[in-house]
Amino acid sequence: METTVAKTGTEGKTWGGGNQPLRASYGKMMMWFFIVSDALTFSGFLASYGFSRFKFVDAWPIADQVFTHFPFLHGVDAPMYYVAFMTFILIFSSVTMVLAVDAGHHMKQKKVILYMFLTIIGGAIFVGSQAWEWNTFIKGDYGAVETKGGKILQFLDTDGKRVAIRDFAVTLPTARDTHENKNGVWFQSEPETQTSFSYEEVKAGFLAKENLLVRVQYKDENGEHIVLSREASLDKINHDGKLVVEGANLRHNEYGTPLFADFFFFITGFHGFHVFSGVLINIIVFFNVVIGTYEKRGSYEMVEKVGLYWHFVDLVWVFVFTFFYLV
Amino acid sequence: MAHEHKLEIFRGLVKFKSNITKIWGIFLFLSIVTVIEVAFGIVKPDFLIDNTFLAMKLLNWIFIILTLVKAYYITWDFMHMRDETKGLRRSVVWTAIFLICYLVLILLIEGDYIYEVYKSGFVKFDF
Repeated sequence: METTVAKTGTEGKTWGGGNQPLRASYGKMMMWFFIVSDALTFSGFLASYGFSRFKFVDAWPIADQVFTHFPFLHGVDAPMYYVAFMTFILIFSSVTMVLAVDAGHHMKQKKVILYMFLTIIGGAIFVGSQAWEWNTFIKGDYGAVETKGGKILQFLDTDGKRVAIRDFAVTLPTARDTHENKNGVWFQSEPETQTSFSYEEVKAGFLAKENLLVRVQYKDENGEHIVLSREASLDKINHDGKLVVEGANLRHNEYGTPLFADFFFFITGFHGFHVFSGVLINIIVFFNVVIGTYEKRGSYEMVEKVGLYWHFVDLVWVFVFTFFYLV
Repeated sequence: MAHEHKLEIFRGLVKFKSNITKIWGIFLFLSIVTVIEVAFGIVKPDFLIDNTFLAMKLLNWIFIILTLVKAYYITWDFMHMRDETKGLRRSVVWTAIFLICYLVLILLIEGDYIYEVYKSGFVKFDF
């Protein structure tokens, strides 16, 4: 206790020091300061996401059609189940955190250790899930064509099912291959950033298959992306198409406007970074609990402070979940 | 250190015996709300999409309200805002809510304006 609280001998007098304004300790108060400012940072991000979405409100990707994957279930259309799972993980790790805080109030070191440990595990699972989600998003699934104006054309068959470009693109001998050093100059190679098919190959495959249609970014009055007729699709592919897009990065995005991918990377990335640093701080506090630092100090307030941060991260995720995946 | 917890939620409708049972109760409540949200997100009932209130789909109203409910219970019970003094509670919550509402309002109005300009302006960019 002596290391953290300075006694002045004038406690109880208003100006004698040792007061706690609003009956919160200095550390907790500063954590609340930080949380308010960080909340404003996140709302800045989410509000600018809303801004961009309102700007292109009739052409924004539908989250249900973007995040449809679940680990170990290939080809199964499972919209949102994985994010829901991640939400549960985070809420549950919030519960174990608040249980750790409660055990700390009762000075039960063993219980604090257990609950802190569970919290760390929950955080790690969440960060891992986010990595998986990013990986799936970056790799992409069906592939798409980008037009000269930067719009995305996706492919459907006449039954309305998505078709991947690898399923209909033909192989043309004229297409350019990735340069590999075993075939050319041995000291030169290029990064494998090329798409698996060239635009010409996709175009030829599209023209050859009669049952393929193009889906554009624009939405009809029911909020579904418009699927063009075969004639209009041919017209789009013949005149507007420019390049093949597989997956997403900051410039191209097979799911729709690149802004969607930008905000996805930025917001979930910033949140994931918060979770990651939360896990690190939790680990530090965990070891402090294990070696009995707070037991000696006589107060587990440090657990409470890191708990505040951890709940805040959960709180932000609740909003990200709603505005990115649900609305 | 004294740690009194207020153990009533839903305005006194439910009172828990101890802080630990309260935590599990809140967890149950938050889980139910999340399940409802996900279920609505997957089913998407037609009448909630077709009907709007103040230019927003009813479904989106439900999502946002449920989110705020979740945010309330996370802040009030997990972050122990319920046990803090009124002054601390108000300076944290009102400041954040005021600034966020202001920012969101301005940016969304501006975004909608730009959308109208793109739609009805002379710029042709769909190619």
